[in-house]
Amino acid sequence: MQPTPEILQVAYRTMRTIRSFEEKLIELVNQGKLGGFLHACIGQEAIAAAVCAHLKDHDYVSSTHRGHGHCIAKGVDVRGMMAELFGRSTGTCRGRGGSMHIADIEKGMLGANGIVGAGIPLATGAALTAKLKKTGGVGVAMFGDGASNQGAFHESLNMAANWQLPAVYVCENNGWGEFTPTEFVVPVKDIAERARSYAMNSMIADGMDFFDVYAKAGEVIARARRGDGPTLLECKTYRFTGHYVGDPLVYRVKAEADEWINNRDPLKLFEARVTGEGLLAADNLRSIDEEVTERITEAVKAAQEAPFPDPSELMQDVYAVN
Amino acid sequence: MSGQSNQPREPREIPTAFAIAEALRIAMASDPNVILMGEDVAGGGRRPEGTDEMGGIMSVTRGLISEFPNQVLDTPISEMGILGTAVGAAVTGLRPVVELMFMDFIGTCLDPLLNQASKFRYMFGGKARIPLTVRTVTGAGMQAAAQHSQSLYWMTAGIPGLKTVIPSNAADAKGLLLAAIRCDDPVVFCEPKGILFLSTDVPEGDYEVPIGKAKIVRVGSDVSLVGMGATVGMALQAAEELARDGISAEVLDLRSLAPLDEDAILTTLAKTGRLIVVDEATPRCGIASDVAALCVDKGFDFLNGPVRRVTAAMCPVPFTRVLEEAYMPSTARIVEAVRSLI
Repeated sequence: MQPTPEILQVAYRTMRTIRSFEEKLIELVNQGKLGGFLHACIGQEAIAAAVCAHLKDHDYVSSTHRGHGHCIAKGVDVRGMMAELFGRSTGTCRGRGGSMHIADIEKGMLGANGIVGAGIPLATGAALTAKLKKTGGVGVAMFGDGASNQGAFHESLNMAANWQLPAVYVCENNGWGEFTPTEFVVPVKDIAERARSYAMNSMIADGMDFFDVYAKAGEVIARARRGDGPTLLECKTYRFTGHYVGDPLVYRVKAEADEWINNRDPLKLFEARVTGEGLLAADNLRSIDEEVTERITEAVKAAQEAPFPDPSELMQDVYAVN
Repeated sequence: MSGQSNQPREPREIPTAFAIAEALRIAMASDPNVILMGEDVAGGGRRPEGTDEMGGIMSVTRGLISEFPNQVLDTPISEMGILGTAVGAAVTGLRPVVELMFMDFIGTCLDPLLNQASKFRYMFGGKARIPLTVRTVTGAGMQAAAQHSQSLYWMTAGIPGLKTVIPSNAADAKGLLLAAIRCDDPVVFCEPKGILFLSTDVPEGDYEVPIGKAKIVRVGSDVSLVGMGATVGMALQAAEELARDGISAEVLDLRSLAPLDEDAILTTLAKTGRLIVVDEATPRCGIASDVAALCVDKGFDFLNGPVRRVTAAMCPVPFTRVLEEAYMPSTARIVEAVRSLI
């Protein structure tokens, strides 16, 4: 499945927006302007962009604590996201959620999630809705290697395979579960192997290569949509920054990180390929960069100028029916 | 199939378990988005040569698979998977009813309730609906021992964003369940063992009992007995005994634990000046303590004596009958508590 130049342009804009959004967050945290628990996905942008390139609003994605990229790729407005991180009333969740709970159901984003593995059954439920209501949609769970050790993962895969749900389980294996290397807590070589227990289709993609993820995600999402059942798609990737913004990274060898950051950066690999193959011009990419920088700068400015919620809103929306 | 009239017709006596099944039937027939998920809810009924006689551990859902083959889903024994999937389905357009076989099992699947269903609407800025109902069997009295007998509704009642209801009779069970299923908030619907197989008059047809409204089930003037679920029957029996001695007890059935009908509690307290709350759960951090605190906080001027709590003992539920009876609240203990006040 070859992406068209239009798709590539959108994908690059998505990846660059995720990168710039999070670089800006790190800068704001370092300046003491942003609080809360933040987790950056820098290095993993290609997966979100490539998977979501195949999704529409009526397809649902569940995400993780490292969810900014998934939100952006699924179409959540970055101005709302930035305002949310600043805790403003103009935020995606009116300042109630923060980084770990950005959600936009109308855009098919079931939310970042503060509980490791909790999003996996949510996407399974979205797939159940799609199947029973025959919406033609799919449920996609984005999660890390760490979440694949949770019961919620195994229970969900078993149920999805048993019911042949239109679900795709995208494991972003970045080699680290918080501060612990994956191989110390996972006995299988590839997370994808776990699909065999559930008679489920599986694939492994190079998560740093947009084109590889795009092709494989396209195939398994189409398969799910057709009613041919769920897939576990493992994407090998790397978390360029720490577990959380501010993580001193004392547990990780710098040479390992440098190898990935210098040689396997998904944005650089993407640029080399699209310009090398004449699919997009470097000028085109630079103008997208400028446009994105402007948008992020504008989002920060708008967020800082926006009002905080009124304390009288404290008890609103605890229930739909009071 | 399901009485389509909005007006309740002639009552007839059926057990609570049947009344719950009627509510499920009416809900599924009136809305194709209502699905029933759980362990053994269909049992062997899915097989062409099988029977639909099982219908869950208490046979509540017996026969439903034959009537609603596309709305009744057998699940694996995966409470976390079931609850989490149901939350995802609820947020995206279905109206799932999950059967959590015993409330004791909530330990294996608390997160979807504690951190997902209860929080989404608020946390997402008011932009999510979570029409989820969790039906679950609570309470002691069947010698089911420590892991199948607990009344853990205090846990869910203490989580903002969840609603928790508990009927005391078959008629309320039907109406409360219909209200729970049609509510856009996540509702935990408790099915106390002590009432599941008791029969009361149940109107036919489609009706709802409002969530958040307690009900006076016996009028009295000397003391208020506040109960919930199976303890309402105990309180009514105690009131009967006390009447023989000329003590007039009013009995209030809470029906909803969250939200709690504070007005109803304070109104009966204002009337009688004495209040005893009877709770099948353990005494610490529970509904009984909550009601007592409410009386002291907002009803202090009405009180003519201490608020008494008649609850289960602060220990695991024992197996052997003699200890299980000692563990549970009882009519005798309610009568004794009243006599200590009057």
